[in-house]
Amino acid sequence: MGLMETIFGWGGPRWGVHPDDHKRPAADAPLRVLPLPAKLYLPLQQHVGGAARPIVLVGQQVLKGQLIAEAQGRISAPIHAPTSGTVAAIGEVTAPHPSGLPFNAITIASDGDDRAADAEVAADPFALSPAALTELVAAAGVVGLGGATFPSSVKLALGKRCDVTTLIVNGGECEPYLSCDDRIMRDHAADVVDGVRLMMHCMGAREALVGIETNKPEAIAAMQKAAAPFAEIKVRPVPSRYPMGSDRQLIQTLTGKEVPSDCRAADVGVIVNNVNTANAVHRAVRLGEPLIRRIVTVNGGAVWQPGNILAPVGTLVSDLLAFAGLKSEPARLLMGGPMMGAVLPHSLVPIVKGTAGILALSDEEIATPAASPCIRCGNCTRACPIGLLPLEMAANVRADNLAGAAALGLSDCISCGCCAYICPSHIPLVQYFTHAKGELWAQERTKLRLEASKRLAAARAERQQREAREKAAAAARRKAERAAQKAAAAAAQSEATPIPTESTP
Amino acid sequence: MNGTLITAAPHALAANSVSRIMLTVAATLVPATFYGFWLYGWPAIDLWCVTVAAALLGEGVCVKLAGRRAVPELLDGSALLTGWLLALSLPPWAPWWIGVMGGLFATVLAKQVFGGLGQNLFNPAMVARVFLLISFPVQMTLWIAPLPITAAAAPGFVAGLHVVLGGVPQLDAVSSATVLGFAKTELSRGIDLAHSLAAAAPGTSMSGARAGSLGETASLLIAAGGIVMLLAGIITWHIPVAMLAGIAIPAAIAHAADPTRYLDVATHLLSGGAMLGAFFIATDYVTSPNTKVGQLAFGAGCGFLSYVIRTWGGYPEGVAFAVLLMNALTPVIDRYVRPRILGRDRRGAPLDPAIERAKS
Ligand code: SF4
Ligand code: SF4
Repeated sequence: MGLMETIFGWGGPRWGVHPDDHKRPAADAPLRVLPLPAKLYLPLQQHVGGAARPIVLVGQQVLKGQLIAEAQGRISAPIHAPTSGTVAAIGEVTAPHPSGLPFNAITIASDGDDRAADAEVAADPFALSPAALTELVAAAGVVGLGGATFPSSVKLALGKRCDVTTLIVNGGECEPYLSCDDRIMRDHAADVVDGVRLMMHCMGAREALVGIETNKPEAIAAMQKAAAPFAEIKVRPVPSRYPMGSDRQLIQTLTGKEVPSDCRAADVGVIVNNVNTANAVHRAVRLGEPLIRRIVTVNGGAVWQPGNILAPVGTLVSDLLAFAGLKSEPARLLMGGPMMGAVLPHSLVPIVKGTAGILALSDEEIATPAASPCIRCGNCTRACPIGLLPLEMAANVRADNLAGAAALGLSDCISCGCCAYICPSHIPLVQYFTHAKGELWAQERTKLRLEASKRLAAARAERQQREAREKAAAAARRKAERAAQKAAAAAAQSEATPIPTESTP
Repeated sequence: MNGTLITAAPHALAANSVSRIMLTVAATLVPATFYGFWLYGWPAIDLWCVTVAAALLGEGVCVKLAGRRAVPELLDGSALLTGWLLALSLPPWAPWWIGVMGGLFATVLAKQVFGGLGQNLFNPAMVARVFLLISFPVQMTLWIAPLPITAAAAPGFVAGLHVVLGGVPQLDAVSSATVLGFAKTELSRGIDLAHSLAAAAPGTSMSGARAGSLGETASLLIAAGGIVMLLAGIITWHIPVAMLAGIAIPAAIAHAADPTRYLDVATHLLSGGAMLGAFFIATDYVTSPNTKVGQLAFGAGCGFLSYVIRTWGGYPEGVAFAVLLMNALTPVIDRYVRPRILGRDRRGAPLDPAIERAKS
């Protein structure tokens, strides 16, 4: 960068940070295939939405690719057996989440044969209707592999419904250490491009923009070559800047469109999908292979041979680490990248469809100096990709003024971590925000509950009043009827006998 | 939130810290300071030492009294920088007690009383300087002509101590006036600039070899230090550029209108605390706004007020007053100038999806 660019910040995004990317040498190491683990643990909830419902029984034989749990609800995804073997258990295992709470999963004991179920493949998927093609993607259990794990078919259907014109293919991979997207683009660019075309067909999109950060020149070259025959697919290098891989930032960089804060990307005519998702769509449609394996980056200072590993979904993190080798006991285990990844309580948790990386970080890598007072340097404000004021929001949270923090836009915070990363006082800003969001959410729920019970109480009171009114009315009616009957009887009698009686009231 | 610290993302931090920032700023001051030492000799060196020591002492004692450990907080470098900046703004041969009082005042009353680092509303060095100027106008306006440390007449180490401890001997031989002070005095005597500056301009402006504080005399080196800070990303251009423009634009207009009454732009920019103020004082993180637009407004205000005070006020130099006035406005600026949130308009309402959809 020239002098003027450095001083005035010209020619690049004005938000974000530029962390050491730590991507190489792991990104350059050839992809390795993990030997089949003896056991695989498949959580029923690997995606956003409803958990899948098991359709196999303990002891049942399954084939590779066989459906073992079906989607449940409108937003959900099915789960398939990653290899052949027996269903060893259906029940609780530790979830890949910092809580370490148990989670429902199907455990499969591999028989080592890796026998696949027969797959039917459409001869020309482009001859299928978009809806039918989307159905294939849904049946294969494909979810967003960039980490969001939103069921892809739901997204594609949404794209169709909202007349999405542009498919944005996310090859940004801005999180440090991770290189599974880089690897898939380098090794399987043609498959990715095919997946992109299939997704465009599902949505009726006119063009696809593939955004790849400039720190991945090999991937850019490979994708450009693979996309060359298709004019509608354009590969667009984007500046390497965290969080470029975040949907809203990538959309803005590639199209200039800003997604309104209360809208989805589809509402402005674009949809973002990850390159690994495109590859999964390709495999699902062309090979009839459901989403049962993925590339996982295993990296970090404690790893002996960092690199990318092709592993079945459900592999234990401990198996992956054993395969890559550990130099030392990891000081911290992460699922995902260092900026937004979650701490793993231990390595006996399975990887899921959305696991892009496992990081075993050494002591030096996680050294966190003690927090000191805010010096109002404004670094956090400049770094925030959303345009928030992290220092002010944190001051409000610290003073327990959650409403104040919310008024400053807390709900727009994407927890990207830029602010905490850049803070010279090492203030755990994201931690404040996560805490405050949780509190606000709880408050909101309490409020809803209170309102609901108030409504119920009001409805009950109303019902009781109505019932009382109806009872009174019925009683009055009965009385009136009785009186009328008596009067009629009396009248009849008096007609028969001339003896006068006193009139009934 | 107890016990969850370990799980909080991000798990990577920039290699940055408060002390690293402060020490980098101090490093960019080194050339200007050494040049000043060379020009004003041992008395200036001694005064710098006492001022910085007093600032550190004041900070250390306050931190101790608050029940915290003093050394780690002194190591953040902020008190060092406060003392240093104050020393650069003092008359170089001022007596020792000026430095001591200023240094203590800066860290104790202008900073720690407010709650310490990050809590003070006003720039501590400038508060101390204004306090000294108002309380000791004679000592604070006694400037001397540069007398390089190598010159025969320059006081040696011992004589330098005498100057700082006992006052300036043979005052008339060495005393001089700053450009701004000289111009103002002459104007008030009815002598216009064309005559006064031609007859007896106190030193040329570009080389810096003329009377003033260390920071004034070496204003080109100060500016160079400021540019290094810009390149290192410690400050952004908004405040310095806005402040220098805030001085230069009115100066250019007034000088064009009447060159005999109003000094030219270059003299304004290279005199007094303009450079030191623009790059090192007004850019103080704690006491300036933290949005770009806010910083532009703040810088422009500092510059314009400096010019107004210099030109029409009672003092020949106005940077310290201007910065303090704008410091007082910082909370207001920060309240009203906020960045636009992505996906929302300036008032905070979500953008219209139809308009965004139409963009391409
Ligand atoms: S980056 Fe940290 S020290 Fe700087 S303003 Fe933000 S919270 Fe304060
Ligand atoms: S974590 Fe939130 S506040 Fe911090 S930079 Fe990211 S979006 Fe902004």
